[in-house]
Amino acid sequence: MEHSSILEKVLRGIALCLVITFFMFPILWIVLMSFQTNETILRVPPSFIFEPTLANYKAMFTGKLETSAASLEIHFLRNLGNSVLLSVGAVSLSLLLGVPAAYAFARHKFKGSEDIAFTLLSFRFAPPLLVLLPLSLYFQKIGLADTYIGLIWVYQLICLPLILWIVRGYFEDISPDIEYAYRIAGHSWFSTFRKIALPLAGPGIAAAGLLAFIFAWNNFIFALVLASADKQPVTVGALAFVTASGIQYGQIAAAVVMSIAPTLALALYAQKYLVEGLSLGAVKG
Amino acid sequence: MSHLQLKSLTKKYKKDTVVDAVNLSVNEAETLVLFGPSGAGKTVLLRLIAGVVEPDAGTVEIDQEDMTEVEAEHRGLGMAFQNFALFPHMSAFENIASPLRAAKLNKNDLKERVGDVARLLKIEHVLSHMPRALSNGQKQRTALARALVGEPPILLLDDPLRNVDAKLRFEMRLELPSLLRGRGTTVIYVTQDYKEAMALGDHIAVLVDGRVVQHGSPEDIYLRPANLEIARLFGDPVINRFEVNPVAEGENVSVALSGIELPLHGAEPSLSGTACVLGIRPEYVSFVPENVPGSIPVNVEAETPINEKIITLAKTTGGRELLVSRPARTNGPDSGNAFVTIKPGSGLLFKQSSGELLHGIVNTQVTEAVA
Repeated sequence: MEHSSILEKVLRGIALCLVITFFMFPILWIVLMSFQTNETILRVPPSFIFEPTLANYKAMFTGKLETSAASLEIHFLRNLGNSVLLSVGAVSLSLLLGVPAAYAFARHKFKGSEDIAFTLLSFRFAPPLLVLLPLSLYFQKIGLADTYIGLIWVYQLICLPLILWIVRGYFEDISPDIEYAYRIAGHSWFSTFRKIALPLAGPGIAAAGLLAFIFAWNNFIFALVLASADKQPVTVGALAFVTASGIQYGQIAAAVVMSIAPTLALALYAQKYLVEGLSLGAVKG
Repeated sequence: MSHLQLKSLTKKYKKDTVVDAVNLSVNEAETLVLFGPSGAGKTVLLRLIAGVVEPDAGTVEIDQEDMTEVEAEHRGLGMAFQNFALFPHMSAFENIASPLRAAKLNKNDLKERVGDVARLLKIEHVLSHMPRALSNGQKQRTALARALVGEPPILLLDDPLRNVDAKLRFEMRLELPSLLRGRGTTVIYVTQDYKEAMALGDHIAVLVDGRVVQHGSPEDIYLRPANLEIARLFGDPVINRFEVNPVAEGENVSVALSGIELPLHGAEPSLSGTACVLGIRPEYVSFVPENVPGSIPVNVEAETPINEKIITLAKTTGGRELLVSRPARTNGPDSGNAFVTIKPGSGLLFKQSSGELLHGIVNTQVTEAVA
């Protein structure tokens, strides 16, 4: 690498720029769209030069969508609130269930433990639609359809396997000797779990929680089928901008920007943990 | 301060029996060394005693009380691990204090106790450090301090000197015995180093493949190893081994070595024709002038100094290698032909097929009658 010529450096720079543009362009374009009116967005050919407007964002907060045909009520802020509630609820519950389970799978090898762990992971292989139909029927029967609890429960399909497998890898990385030492020093297994295993697996748990949050936040299909309008998260709520009088591209863009902002901020903040969590899960899984 | 007894303790992992019906007893204030090659089950045995691994069969008794079902935290033992096993997110002080915290000692007593043991082990100045900031020697001392601080009646030490450098190991070998004996602690000490075993053990139990193959005093094991493997593990440089076929003439048994007939006094005439291995430790072989009756002719090939000793590699007339050890700064033959004798009563005769010791001490002194 040290002996690369100027030409090589330039070529590498161009290649990098191309790759970054390729991946970042959609985000850039949607940010630009969110500051335009439908007219400028649909202009042919498209242009980077336009008069920016905050009308789209204003509509998000006021809940009033003015189209050429009519005025429409939207519930974007409520959708955002739903997203937060569902994601935080789902991740909290799966941490509560998944971390002790991961510890059990890491430390106690019993007959069939691998099979059970794998079965839990296999929920991630199945297409969501496979479980959706029976679930929606069941949920209607037992009164869980269109409830936050029901949705948070279904979100476990996304969050729990992820947390279980990533955190399990972290627990397996802790030398059993360290836990033995604490036990022999006179502490119960529960206090060993709390004072040794949990703090040492802390970064892994944080990474797993973050990843699970992002997956939960971005979920679309479960909420689309199982939730009615007032319980829908932003991913589904953005559909409201596909109106009878046309698609409101500007508002959709603003909604998307607002909905990816929290996850993007979280991901950037915890980038280091995320990469660790992802690669550890991959290696250990 | 306690008596420890293991009765047919057994542990299996899947189909491998890693600890196989071990019976051992350690008296109050004694040090038992568990010696054996890696994979012999020493560490597992220690974990069984500590209670962090459950046995498949057998019992662990402390002061005649069955502790097999008692959880590790209630056994009141101390243990130091080979890889130190310090809690990486706690300072050295907190590491050492952890047994006292479990005992809910009040703040002042706790500080005092940690301070005392840190002073004893010379790590007072690093108490505030995190484990990653400690040198290997300091880590090892911290781990030892943690094991000692609660003044446990029984102390389990799993090869605590394995991961420290030679100088530190030597230092600790000097310090440890007084540290342990002064407290009247019963100690189980695991090691792979026979010198450590000899230096620290009141008794040594040799473990091979999960079984105790020999249990005795250090001298016992050095002078009368139960089999060829133990003879090979105990001793540096390694014991000389010659494949021999004893020949009996009436009551006298002898073997041929380097062109002379070596009598084995005390060997059974019935051994005649059994393939054997004659073991002779290098320090029991010495160079002598040519005219000593019964001396063995050898050809000196090379020599090298090791730890205040000079080791000579010689070859018998039959081309078999023989190591001779002599104190440093003493004269020996430079090269070429020389003669050696073997110290009376120092030969060990093993059965070749099984490796078991046939005769504790076979007299290999060459008497005038034979010469």
